[in-house]
Amino acid sequence: MGASIAIERVSKSFGGIRAVDDCSFRVEKGSITGLIGPNGAGKTTLFNTIAGVFRPEAGRIRLDDRDITGLAPERLFDLGLVRTFQIPHEFSAMTVLENLAVVPGGQTGESLVQSWFAWGRIRREEADVRRRAEDVLDFLNLSHVRDALAGELSGGQKKLLELGRAMMSGASTVLLDEPGAGVNRTLLAKLCADIQRLNRAHGYTFCIIEHDMDLIAELCDPVVVMAHGSVLTQGQMADIRKDPAVIEAYFGGAADRGAGA
Amino acid sequence: MADLATFLAYPVSLLTIGGIYAVMCLGLNVQWGFTGLFNAGIAGFFAVGAYTSAILTTPAHPDYLGGFALPVPVGLVAAMLTSGVVAVFIGWLTLTLRSDYLAIATIGIAEILRLIVKNEDWLTNGPRGIPGIPRPFEGLSPFQNNLAFLLLVLAIVAVIYVAMQRGLNSPWGRVMRAIRENELSARAAGKNIMARRLEAFVLGSMIMGLGGALMAHSIRFIGPEATEPLLVTFLVWVMLIAGGSGNNRGAILGPMLIWAIWSLTELVTRQLPSDWALRSAYIRVFLIGLALQIILQRFSRGILAERPPEPVPLDDADREGPGKGGSVG
Repeated sequence: MGASIAIERVSKSFGGIRAVDDCSFRVEKGSITGLIGPNGAGKTTLFNTIAGVFRPEAGRIRLDDRDITGLAPERLFDLGLVRTFQIPHEFSAMTVLENLAVVPGGQTGESLVQSWFAWGRIRREEADVRRRAEDVLDFLNLSHVRDALAGELSGGQKKLLELGRAMMSGASTVLLDEPGAGVNRTLLAKLCADIQRLNRAHGYTFCIIEHDMDLIAELCDPVVVMAHGSVLTQGQMADIRKDPAVIEAYFGGAADRGAGA
Repeated sequence: MADLATFLAYPVSLLTIGGIYAVMCLGLNVQWGFTGLFNAGIAGFFAVGAYTSAILTTPAHPDYLGGFALPVPVGLVAAMLTSGVVAVFIGWLTLTLRSDYLAIATIGIAEILRLIVKNEDWLTNGPRGIPGIPRPFEGLSPFQNNLAFLLLVLAIVAVIYVAMQRGLNSPWGRVMRAIRENELSARAAGKNIMARRLEAFVLGSMIMGLGGALMAHSIRFIGPEATEPLLVTFLVWVMLIAGGSGNNRGAILGPMLIWAIWSLTELVTRQLPSDWALRSAYIRVFLIGLALQIILQRFSRGILAERPPEPVPLDDADREGPGKGGSVG
């Protein structure tokens, strides 16, 4: 089951610029919460702060009732919170299959000494991990590039691999940073369907940064709008589309283009 | 037999030293090839290993610490342990640094270790060095002894190769390579990269320390000149890059090849008149650089490039095994 994320008055600056400024909202347990806003609104910085890359100067972040402010990414992974990256962070000189197989935690063969002596057990676990990875590859339509090096994939395929690593993690609270950018429409529809399936059938909690307003409208309830580092408004997409403050934040024409995309 | 011994003496010595360099390359391969740690202080760990084993295995001497006269295997194990302990401290201090800064820090620390070796007379006999370092199999004739020592070195190379190859082909190697490829992503996948980097640094340094100890026993003498970065750090790096970093076979082929070039050019330059011979040392370094250039022009990732391990086949795996493939909530 996923968990709720509470962001309470979080601030994070770089030099003189307040990227995230006294920002508060909640991602309810079991929701698919959308996070939108113009470029530079602080969405990715907020993600990085939740995910333990940055430590906030002020404010607290809670996962259910547990204070996770400033916890390292690997600790958050153990607590069942993972994230994907806006710009793909693949393991370039490793195969696509390896990129997925490396993710599951607590593998026996991750110990060097076990790799010398526990061959049978490692082989069984490896077969198991590989089966899970093959399922993810099938789902993402990446099976044909299974043995290619991840660095040789196209931009869109790398985005899918990002999602694939999150799917391999077993975590049920997932931060997705622009999962749709660079992914073709057919696959995007499939991706939407699966996010919904993971959410409804398995209780995953998602928080999604996305610029594709159709994708946000279809998937997300509620939607949080950020501007200048803090929350401008939140609610249902239909209401947000009409909100003059949101249109203002997107600077008129940009809002139309964004809403129509 | 005597003729054969004369004939084989040179190849035996060539393979022995090449094998010792292979040990050090396998150590550097764990750090750089697998995990992406730029250790430019190989000479420091070489010195720690060499002096540890020398001090522990030599007979008593009034000028410096020693006189333990312990068996050689004890010296070799102790060399690994001391190098490991030193690596824990150095790693703890430096591994938070990014790769290029790590390189600078390790150069500095290796130089400190070398200066300690050079100046702490009570410990290391200073510039005079430690002579009379014993070898195993001392009862044999000189040629048989050389041959036996070569076999010992090759056996050690084989054991390290098998151990590292198994590690590389298992999830352990996969985690290490993932850290080398992308730290941020490896952390997001739940890997404790600091602990892993320290593990690789200490393991690699222990293997380098073993290499240092073997070198001390091989030439029966260790002095500060033997720990010159040119002879150790530079050569070991060239060997690994030429052989193919990230590939354990490359980490054995590279040192054998480069040492052969280094050593055979000495045979040639020894024939030159003395004032030429003096300058020829620099020509050898130049030749090594040239060889590296030629190799990297032809094989950009080393002669034996890194290859991802074959995925485990699904059909012969135990299908009834419960789904405990590490799914952690």
